[in-house]
Amino acid sequence: MTEPQLPPETPAEDNESAEPESRWTAFMNDLTGVNVDWRSALLVPVLAIIAALAVSVVIIVVSDIELWREFSLSALGDAIGQAGSAMWALFTGSFGSLAAVSSTLAFSAPLILAGLSVAIGFKAGLFNIGAEGQMLMGGMAAVALGITIDIPVFLNVPLAVIGAMIGGGIWGGIAGLLRARTGAHEVITTIMLNSIAGLAVIWMLSTDFFQPEGRQDPVSEDIAVSARLPRLLGFLDRNDLRVHFGIVVALLAAYAIYWVLFKSTIGFEFRAVGFNPDAAHYAGMKVTWLYVSVMGLAGGLAGIAGMTQINGLLYRASPGFAAGIGFDAISLALLGRSHPAGVVAAGFLFGALRAGGLDMQVATDVPIDLIGVIQALVVVFIAAPALIRAIFRVKTGEEIGQLTTGWGT
Amino acid sequence: MATLELRGITKRFPGVLANDSVDLKVSSGEILGLLGENGAGKTTLMNILYGLYSADEGEILIDDVPQSFAGPGDAIAAGIGMVHQHFMLVPVFTVTENVVLGVEPVGPGGVINIKEAKREVREISQRYGLEVDPDAIIEDIPVGIQQRVEIIKVLFRNAEFLIFDEPTAVLTPQEIEEFFGILNGLREAGKAIIFITHKLKEVIEVSDDIAVLRRGAMVGGADPATTTEADLANLMVGRPVELVVAKEDSEPGAQVLTVSDLVVLDDRDQVAVNSISFDVKAGEIVGVAGVQGNGQTELVEALTGLRGVAAGTVTIGGKDVTHATPRQIHESSVAHVPEDRQRSGLVMSFSITENMVLDGYYHEPYSSGIKMDWDSARSKAEELVEQYDVRTPGTEVAANTLSGGNQQKVIVAREFGRDVQLVVASQPTRGIDVGSIEYIHERIVEERDQGAALLIVSTELDEVMALSDRILVMFDGKVVAEYRGGAVTAEEIGLAMAGAAT
Amino acid sequence: MTAAATTPDAVIVRTPAEIKRSRYLGITYLFLAVVVLWFFARWSVDLGNFTFKLARPTDPSAPDLTLSAGRVTLIVGVILAAMGGVQLARGFGKMNNLVLAIGLFLFIFAFLGWATAQSSIGAFSMVGMMKTTIVRSVPITLGALAGVMSERVAVINIAIEGQLLGGAFVAVVVASPLTGGEDPTLILGSPIGGWIGVGAAVFAGMLLAWVLAVLSIRYVVDQIIVGVVITIFVTGMTSFLALRWLADNPELNKGPIFKSIGIPLLSDIPFLGPVLFDHNIFVFGSFILVAFLTFLLFRTRWGLRARAVGEHPKAADTLGVNVYRTRYLNVIIGGAVAGFGGAFFTLGSVGRFDENMTNGRGFIGLAAMIFGRWHPVGAMAAGLVFGFADAMSQTLGILQTGIPSEFLGMVPFIATILVVAGLVGKARPPAADGQPYIKQ
Repeated sequence: MTEPQLPPETPAEDNESAEPESRWTAFMNDLTGVNVDWRSALLVPVLAIIAALAVSVVIIVVSDIELWREFSLSALGDAIGQAGSAMWALFTGSFGSLAAVSSTLAFSAPLILAGLSVAIGFKAGLFNIGAEGQMLMGGMAAVALGITIDIPVFLNVPLAVIGAMIGGGIWGGIAGLLRARTGAHEVITTIMLNSIAGLAVIWMLSTDFFQPEGRQDPVSEDIAVSARLPRLLGFLDRNDLRVHFGIVVALLAAYAIYWVLFKSTIGFEFRAVGFNPDAAHYAGMKVTWLYVSVMGLAGGLAGIAGMTQINGLLYRASPGFAAGIGFDAISLALLGRSHPAGVVAAGFLFGALRAGGLDMQVATDVPIDLIGVIQALVVVFIAAPALIRAIFRVKTGEEIGQLTTGWGT
Repeated sequence: MATLELRGITKRFPGVLANDSVDLKVSSGEILGLLGENGAGKTTLMNILYGLYSADEGEILIDDVPQSFAGPGDAIAAGIGMVHQHFMLVPVFTVTENVVLGVEPVGPGGVINIKEAKREVREISQRYGLEVDPDAIIEDIPVGIQQRVEIIKVLFRNAEFLIFDEPTAVLTPQEIEEFFGILNGLREAGKAIIFITHKLKEVIEVSDDIAVLRRGAMVGGADPATTTEADLANLMVGRPVELVVAKEDSEPGAQVLTVSDLVVLDDRDQVAVNSISFDVKAGEIVGVAGVQGNGQTELVEALTGLRGVAAGTVTIGGKDVTHATPRQIHESSVAHVPEDRQRSGLVMSFSITENMVLDGYYHEPYSSGIKMDWDSARSKAEELVEQYDVRTPGTEVAANTLSGGNQQKVIVAREFGRDVQLVVASQPTRGIDVGSIEYIHERIVEERDQGAALLIVSTELDEVMALSDRILVMFDGKVVAEYRGGAVTAEEIGLAMAGAAT
Repeated sequence: MTAAATTPDAVIVRTPAEIKRSRYLGITYLFLAVVVLWFFARWSVDLGNFTFKLARPTDPSAPDLTLSAGRVTLIVGVILAAMGGVQLARGFGKMNNLVLAIGLFLFIFAFLGWATAQSSIGAFSMVGMMKTTIVRSVPITLGALAGVMSERVAVINIAIEGQLLGGAFVAVVVASPLTGGEDPTLILGSPIGGWIGVGAAVFAGMLLAWVLAVLSIRYVVDQIIVGVVITIFVTGMTSFLALRWLADNPELNKGPIFKSIGIPLLSDIPFLGPVLFDHNIFVFGSFILVAFLTFLLFRTRWGLRARAVGEHPKAADTLGVNVYRTRYLNVIIGGAVAGFGGAFFTLGSVGRFDENMTNGRGFIGLAAMIFGRWHPVGAMAAGLVFGFADAMSQTLGILQTGIPSEFLGMVPFIATILVVAGLVGKARPPAADGQPYIKQ
């Protein structure tokens, strides 16, 4: 079983202590903007993950086609054996070796960044389903820069970050602008912008600017070596240690978002508009501008996520290089309760699932698409703690309640 | 001769004893006035009677037979009908559709026999003198007529026991007179009626018997023929209530707010404020009376920058603020107590500290413009909580844990807790307890005495009359009458509120 | 200061919102006029005629429509310019949407005329495009109907995409093994195994809808999140199972394709016959469902109660209407409709399942529901608009206009954004839409 990686700043379960209680609760509530019981806040995610993994074992067993062809105890045994080795591969592939951990961290970087993108949307009452498209646009901006500019790495990498942030930011900002000016619901517009971005990438990769000479398939030239995110374990000189500077970018971004949300005036505005746009308007905040800036910031974060895919891993663009990370980010943000620290923790977990999932597919023939199922199940359990209460017979916190707004604007 | 009786009804909510062993009895041809202030447990009691809640203890008897109601359906079947404080009408449905909902006459295949339904609606409306158009859409008809639809709904279900929950809250004085006529008609038709209100005058005028509820318990009854308003107030609140606000005569100074030919549109782009002009001077309270929905909301929103102005001008302290943003209005030293505290005045899941700086968070001392200074925000909040008597365990609890009165005090503290030249307060005491009402009224008068100009908009006529130095009456988007405070009767204002002065 | 009573009444002829919208529309018309005149008309002068074929060889005969490209584009350009001018000057009032529809129709007509005239073929099958429009509209209409059923009782159903995808998968996996081998008798265009597949798809849709209902009604989880998560779940699950089952067992992914049924007499009408009355059961099924659900929602007791639950659940509750039961029932009926729509992707179309083959059609269906103002007939009209956008991008691909196919593929998505951005004005959703009902 994989356990969630808890970041050091995540609090232990001791909000019961007598005197500092109110200060502690106050601090944590201040930190998160939600009133939660911190013991159960951690209890539910952990139990949700355990429950989801258990259900996925059942899915592997039940979906064994040999069992359906002809049921026998030995076939059942085989199926259970396969499920067991799949879970083992999931674990060893993510934590079992230095290469596995490195791979987990490499996958975590874009997941954390995209997760922050969705999370900051939730904090401001907006549901950004468009991280995938924003990743594509940010990534393409990074490619455009990476194939044209070759300057020293300490300049080229920041340039890629900024370029990707602008590329993704514009794409997210469009949805924000549509919401602010016309009331078009961001859920629908961001989904459509995902599809449009996907097609736009294919088209771009057929243009002379991106496509290498002599190629007909949709693929870009390689970016300059100076634009690549440095490998963190490069000094070990091993090819299979893929963890790159992107994870540092992701952790810095998480801290920056934490600061913005809870320590800055604009973060106060984001949260106010998220809980109650009418009150924000009453208080003199520019609600329309906030929608644009939240979606722009969210898009920028997703754009950086796309950049880490290109500059950290693939070094060139091909269709679908966002690899569904933008959709995983939704489940991730919900698992992390839209808090930067939670998003980091959830990002490591989902990175582990992706890394382990690859090993699982190779070693046991269980398709990696299973991890999408696991993630969806985790969110279901997170969103409805009543299910967790029923399964594990424990006391938990309340339902997460309403995060989004409906069509009536 | 039917009787309805409640015996020992007790209902607990987490942390609250909403009803404490309540007894009640009403018979055919009788109107029972049930008196109590906001939060006394009247509505809870009636929801139990109507099957919406179940009581923790006690029983409901009809003609001495104990009843058990699993839902409103059972209560309706037992002959109980309820006209809710907030009308239970579907705004986009027709009158007929609303009346028959739940007991529709149907033909084969479940198809509604709409002709038959209309005929029955017409018949009831004729029999009881409740004139309505069966084909009208609810959202297009006035509140007084909507109430008739509610009554027809109840009668359509053959109710013998009719409960009216604060039925006069939304009516003009004239509509109230009409409504009392309807009540008497129903009584003569042999219906048993429970009339819930917190208005002393009304309960004396119309009831055959009076029961008073305080903090969930029945504290006594009174005979309407012999009791006085003061006695009832004493009984209702548990101590003598000052029915008037003590204040000196005003000494108006310079004009602070000047409104000329102001035109404001509502959400459907209809004219809501129809070219009105008035002013408010320093050291003066101007009250705006009127039935809800006659343009007051739009007027206040336009004055505070929340809604665009279609034509005309607004100046505050000599500065043209016609097209100013809410922030610019805030910076012109204007305090705004909004109409609906939960919808726009507070972020309910924010802490009191956060709510205290909701509109001032962006400047010193609470922030540098970029970084929040939570320590100074917290100490300011603590100071205001102390100063404005907000009853709370601390400044870091969420606003939604406070009572309505304390929530309203948070807003008043935030808005009054800085130097202001103009106060715009909309429904400043709606739905809060008497103690908080008195407290907020004192604060309003205090602001006046310190030289602020105040515009108080309220649909509670008593409140406007008690506070105002000058009274404007709005009807259909216009100011139809202006009176000096203390020199006018409720009847006169009531006529103006109904549009009789135009 | 004048006395209040003597001020004249304010008269608002056109509201700010109207003026703003008029301005947008007027500029749009002028822009379209420039496009038509500058690009199409200029180039079309030398291109000669274009031909829209109103019949295919197998269809009942109908004459072809042949027009001069230069003349048509010039006339359309001038009309659009005139419309833009009038719109900017004084607007069309209540006729705004009608004029918009006419304007778009004229623009598309000129565009297609130009595209046809410049292509090497010089003609294309209008009847084919219209037929494709109908076919492509089916899943969108059915998805939108699923949304209508659910949102009329105030449960937001954003899981339509997942329900369609689930239905598509289940239909083919159930139908394939049942129909392999001998040549069976057809019932309404399909062997019995195909029908069982459709039944299974409907059941799958209902099951997914039930999950949506339980989580959003009983557990009060945010409805939009539940919908998205269900879609993610189904996407992952179908891809997982497709790899685990179908990749190595192609015989499980070879479902029967429902055959077209020509309705006697009606299908013999020139042009309209092949367009409307010669389809498989999914197309006719969607027509029937639109009519049936309209009747159900607006004529029956059940529909009145359902709508009351969506508009004012507390009022319905106080009148003894069971809010929860009504919501469950409607959401699940919606799921059945979406499951049926899902089966169309496999059994009604290509006969096999591919990963993520619904490709956002469920979300477009959601937009169609909004565009169609939460009414079944509106949903179908909106579905046809999207179907047309689909069919047109396909036609333009055939005509080789030089516009990259990726841009043509974007047309339905861009149309969706324009629709939700209120191109055609705003409609009011059911008042309680998206709000859980919590009984004290």
